[in-house]
Amino acid sequence: MAKVLMKGNEALAEAAIRAGCRAFYGYPITPQNEVPNYMARHLPERGGVYLQAESEVAAINMVYGAAGAGVRVMTSSSSPGLSLKMEGISYIAAAELPCVIVNVMRCGPGLGGIHPSQGDYFQAVKGGGHGDYRLLVLAPGSVQEMADLTFEAFDLADKWRNPVMILADGLLGQMMEPVEFGDKEPQVVEKPWATTGARGRKPNIINTLDIVPESLEKRNYALAEKYGRMGEAETRWQEYKTADADLIVTAYGTSARVARSAVDMARKEGLRVGLIRPISLWPFPQAPFALLADGLRQFLVVEMSMGQMVEDVRLAVNGRGSVHFYNRLGGMVPTPRDVLAEIRKVLGGGGGQ
Amino acid sequence: MKRICQRPESLTDVQMHYCPGCTHGIIHRLVAEALDELGIREDAIGIASVGCSVFAYNYFNCDMQQAAHGRAPAVATGIKRVLPDRVVFTYQGDGDLASIGVAEIVHAAARGESITVIFVNNAIYGMTSGQMAPTTLLGQKTTTTPRGRTVQDNGYPIRMSELLATLDGTAYIERVSTHDPRHVLQAGRAIKKAFAAQLHGKGFALVEVLSTCSVNWGMSPQEALDWLRDNMVPYYPLGVYKDASVKEGEAHD
Amino acid sequence: MTEIIIAGFGGQGVLVMGQLLAYAGMLEGREVSWYPSYGPEQRGGTCNCSVVISHEEIGSPIVSEPDAAIIMNRPSLDRFEPTLKTGGILVYNSTLVDRKPERTDLQVIAIPANALADELGSSRVANMVALGAFLRASEVVSPESIAKSLENVLSTRHHHLIPLNMQALERGRAYQY
Repeated sequence: MAKVLMKGNEALAEAAIRAGCRAFYGYPITPQNEVPNYMARHLPERGGVYLQAESEVAAINMVYGAAGAGVRVMTSSSSPGLSLKMEGISYIAAAELPCVIVNVMRCGPGLGGIHPSQGDYFQAVKGGGHGDYRLLVLAPGSVQEMADLTFEAFDLADKWRNPVMILADGLLGQMMEPVEFGDKEPQVVEKPWATTGARGRKPNIINTLDIVPESLEKRNYALAEKYGRMGEAETRWQEYKTADADLIVTAYGTSARVARSAVDMARKEGLRVGLIRPISLWPFPQAPFALLADGLRQFLVVEMSMGQMVEDVRLAVNGRGSVHFYNRLGGMVPTPRDVLAEIRKVLGGGGGQ
Repeated sequence: MKRICQRPESLTDVQMHYCPGCTHGIIHRLVAEALDELGIREDAIGIASVGCSVFAYNYFNCDMQQAAHGRAPAVATGIKRVLPDRVVFTYQGDGDLASIGVAEIVHAAARGESITVIFVNNAIYGMTSGQMAPTTLLGQKTTTTPRGRTVQDNGYPIRMSELLATLDGTAYIERVSTHDPRHVLQAGRAIKKAFAAQLHGKGFALVEVLSTCSVNWGMSPQEALDWLRDNMVPYYPLGVYKDASVKEGEAHD
Repeated sequence: MTEIIIAGFGGQGVLVMGQLLAYAGMLEGREVSWYPSYGPEQRGGTCNCSVVISHEEIGSPIVSEPDAAIIMNRPSLDRFEPTLKTGGILVYNSTLVDRKPERTDLQVIAIPANALADELGSSRVANMVALGAFLRASEVVSPESIAKSLENVLSTRHHHLIPLNMQALERGRAYQY
């Protein structure tokens, strides 16, 4: 199939429909509006349900219901909306319901602004909602990946019976790039646990309440064990010119695009610089850092946040190399030139924080 | 020997946790009888809410989902929209439906979601030890209105049936009571009608069931039933608030 | 790599111009990106988009030092003239921009886009006139690719306007500056 030029938000929505998404519940918020707009236009004519909920709170609970009823379902929002969805996300994770949740991040805190940011990393990968749970969090870096990772997210959600979050940002959502939709068919997954009406079988119950500590502990351990297996199976990242690098830049999503350009510019100056781009943010790709952090290399984390993923990089580097940090905030996107200047500073100046 | 009374098939054989004198057990049975009589147990998906009836998923012998506090109408919407030929109902208390879940119930009603809502109003938060509810009567003492509810501090109790009946999306709304056998029978008829409304695609149906909480009201079960009759019924008048032509015959097919 | 800024008032069709360039670049086998200013500022106020056309993978789609700028109104000239690279192309709509560019290190093309579009019967195709002038100066993509892109970029309900758009594009290319 030929490439088409699409906005990231629209490519994501199209991929979801192709992945068998049959219900979308959402609420308007910039900069993700193209997702519900696209769904409203196309999902009903392709056999699905589109419904604008009265709030993000309601939308995520509609997702809970539909996921429990066994269909592939998605919701989409931007940062302040995600805060409202956190209650429902905790319930969905606890009930082990598969669904896809999209966050096209904007800047905060509070109402903040509508421009790109990566300030919701902690919220996405460290919990966000109450209790102990994990989401599988995937961070696309291009419009093509907005489509590919979203398609895959539905299979992963069903595979693990776990919510999967696509953590994008306003830039990836709003920009247009060529995108190609393969002819991959979505997996068809049997869901004997779904509440579809107890026709000729015992009733199914979707529930997260368990007031007997001994029993809930068992359930929590079972979840922890599942997260352990997810951690081993679903880690993904991309490396670029890391083999001989003295400095490894690390960034995801939009920051990684900028960082890659900076790496190329640095290489042209003869600086040996590489890039690790985490694609799964949870599970965080520890492996490449464990391998590359040999005490000689330095690391530079670039984020559009006050410093969130950098904490995971420090854990992964585990003292075997200095970890530097560069950021822009408030909807400002770093330029390759900014990052290059930082690279020069680190390699020229030595010791990190 | 001829059996004249038995547990409805739509109730499980699990012993309920409700306090002595609580009317939840009766209302559960009325819902189960309606499912049985309409032959829809295997098509039904119920939503348990948060509050005393949180364990309803253990008592109804049909598919069940447990929803976050107040969100049952949203969960029900999510299910009904993807499984339109199934029968979806919520079972919610007054704190759940009339306080934290007002947005969800109002919008489900406004959209005319084809669901059936059983709204149990006992004018208090039972599960959390007797705090003021949005439906707590003026003067009524609760753990958070120890000197009695006042207009000055807490405003007025909400009449949800009247409020929801103003919405065009609602098809059937009736308020019933459980304070004596005659009213329990009427409550059963209303609940059955509310399910029939869904089966006939009429739209949103809700039955508000006035109910007691003798433990948190600090009364004996009989005193509680009398208090309901003498205090709640005057403020929450019984009757049909909306009936978009669900015919008597339709409730029995 | 060619980095382009297109800017004007909301409603002047600057986003479409950018999409046409990106689409044409894609048809010619290049890497392309398009990124709009978005949010309240695009309604009623100024509006711009960044287009990158490259032989290599594109990093940031945000253009901060453009190789070329197509400027449709005065505020956009004030904002983007200082950002152009030395030797860059500056196409501006001289019907609406009431001053001349100050920089002397640029290839400046003044095109009375609205006036020429009015001659064709619709000021709404002023954007295509300006795009035509840009294509003559830059040759970053061929006019044929732009023509092919029109039916993909314009929504179906505007397809009857494709001949008028093509006329405007040609008028801009033919304009002697």
